[in-house]
Amino acid sequence: MLLDLTGVQLSFGGLYALRDFSLSVGEGEMVGLIGPNGAGKTTTFNVISGLYPPSKGVVRFRDQDLTGCPAHEMAARGIARTFQNIRLFDRLTVLENVQVASHWRRGYRLWDAAFRNSRFAEAEQGSDEEAEALLATFGLYERKHERATSLPYGEQRRLEIARALASKPSLLLLDEPAAGMNPAEITALIALIARIREEFGISILLIEHHMHLVMGICQRIAVLDFGVKIAEGTPDEIRTNTRVIEAYLGEPVENERRQ
Amino acid sequence: MGAGSIAIVGAAFLYAAILFLHGDLGFPVGLLSDYYFQVLMLAAINIIVTIGLNLINGFAGQFSIGQAGFMAIGAYVTAMLATFVVPIADFAVPFQILAFIGIVLVSGCAAGFVGYLVGLPSLRLKGDYLAIVTLAFAEVVRSIVRISDEISAGLAHIGLTKLAAQIGGIGGPRGFGGFPQLADIVIGPVRIPTLFTLIFISVVLTVVLARNLVYSSYGRAWLSVRSNELAAEVMGVNSTRAKVLAFVLSGFLAGIAGGYFAFVIRFLHPDSFSFLKSIEYLIFLYAGGAASLSGSIVAAGTLTILPEFLRVIGFDQWRLIAYPLLLIVIMLWRPSGLMGDREFRFLQNPKLRGRHAS
Repeated sequence: MLLDLTGVQLSFGGLYALRDFSLSVGEGEMVGLIGPNGAGKTTTFNVISGLYPPSKGVVRFRDQDLTGCPAHEMAARGIARTFQNIRLFDRLTVLENVQVASHWRRGYRLWDAAFRNSRFAEAEQGSDEEAEALLATFGLYERKHERATSLPYGEQRRLEIARALASKPSLLLLDEPAAGMNPAEITALIALIARIREEFGISILLIEHHMHLVMGICQRIAVLDFGVKIAEGTPDEIRTNTRVIEAYLGEPVENERRQ
Repeated sequence: MGAGSIAIVGAAFLYAAILFLHGDLGFPVGLLSDYYFQVLMLAAINIIVTIGLNLINGFAGQFSIGQAGFMAIGAYVTAMLATFVVPIADFAVPFQILAFIGIVLVSGCAAGFVGYLVGLPSLRLKGDYLAIVTLAFAEVVRSIVRISDEISAGLAHIGLTKLAAQIGGIGGPRGFGGFPQLADIVIGPVRIPTLFTLIFISVVLTVVLARNLVYSSYGRAWLSVRSNELAAEVMGVNSTRAKVLAFVLSGFLAGIAGGYFAFVIRFLHPDSFSFLKSIEYLIFLYAGGAASLSGSIVAAGTLTILPEFLRVIGFDQWRLIAYPLLLIVIMLWRPSGLMGDREFRFLQNPKLRGRHAS
């Protein structure tokens, strides 16, 4: 398995955000993480990406125990993510936003940058080309020199994904990538995610409220409720799972299907 | 010719013009008295310190208000080394200058190291709280200088008499003066003022190197931390390292500037590095525009020279009112500083130049 969470527990004061939570994501797999608001989905992402050290349990990635590693180290190991509420760098251009994510493998030192020597020039050119290619994939190339926050909402969401991929991750965590999108944009997003998996050959863990998106593209789905995993299985199994329907899914699934 | 080369040629012309006006090129012009010559050196020193502060407050988005502390370290270390340890007065001219450059660099490194120590709390503190720590640091430095006599007595007591004499020599609250003067280089009718030349080269180097860093992955890391530290961390930026680096470089620049300051003013007193001095640099930074190198140059330059200029044109009594009034006008007219976050052409990202006009 690429990612293994075992018995992860996280509490804030007396409140359990996650309780004895275990989840695995295999190489090249696409896993959905669903649950009602406040169930602990984003908290799970924060644990995996190193923002919250779990109070109990183990986070293993590529068979290495990374429990409690700082976020920048998780990124260097190959875990990348996007944010539910967009967190682009407003002080930087579109291109620079992408380049920040490849910062840790820049290939030159302070001295090289200060004196702009040939090593700096080569590394920067490589970084530019890499970032530009990525932006082209996401249809953002034309806007590369604009301020990231001047982009329209849908493009900002795409840029978030492009930026996450710039660190060449093997696991991508997508936190509600379809939030605030209209049905046409969601269809385009589904195609984009499928293409990312194909082109980059990476595993994806997806938090999403749009059920037909999750059900349509995930091989496996885990359901969280009040910090506890109440079900895990294929989309069909989840769709018919009574505990899940009880927890929250029943009505929304029916509604979504009719759309 | 690129904007960068034009700027370097411009700087060379400026240097020659100042020397000409000061009467150093063999023509007795004398438009620039020694006093105003000194003011120009102070302006250059202030530009170096402000650019250093800009790396922390403007680019990395932290809030440090202790720049006078770093300067004090640089100033006292330079003066002490040049007076007691490496008495440069005894050296022949070329060696004297080389020794002075070495001493200033050592002082910069000392202040940079202290910058590292002060930068460490910035891992845990943000905003106002970090500001208090940096302010307290600067006051501690000043207080240590103040009680140098007591420290000296203590060192003498445990037998370190030589060090005790040197520490005692910085004079504590009485001030520290009488350090050697750098000899100028005289070639026929031309006189090259050594100290001014070194300061001028340093300010040009500071601007060039700061620009280069700002448009590298280091600068992008700083700005990403400033924009959204959490996202920066998740994208693989070691925000701790980025912030501490800003503190180290900032301390280094203020240390070097402090070393020059000591030799320009020729008398050091702990109160020269009070909270007011730190505030001065905050004013330069924000009046110019945070995260704009051009702003730091313009504001630190003009706001150092302006009060003296007001004195020349007969506003001697009014300048203390005119200066704060001007600040109010600047901040009302340009709330994000004179330059905002824009840059002169020669300070723009070389990659974007020409494609982006702003």
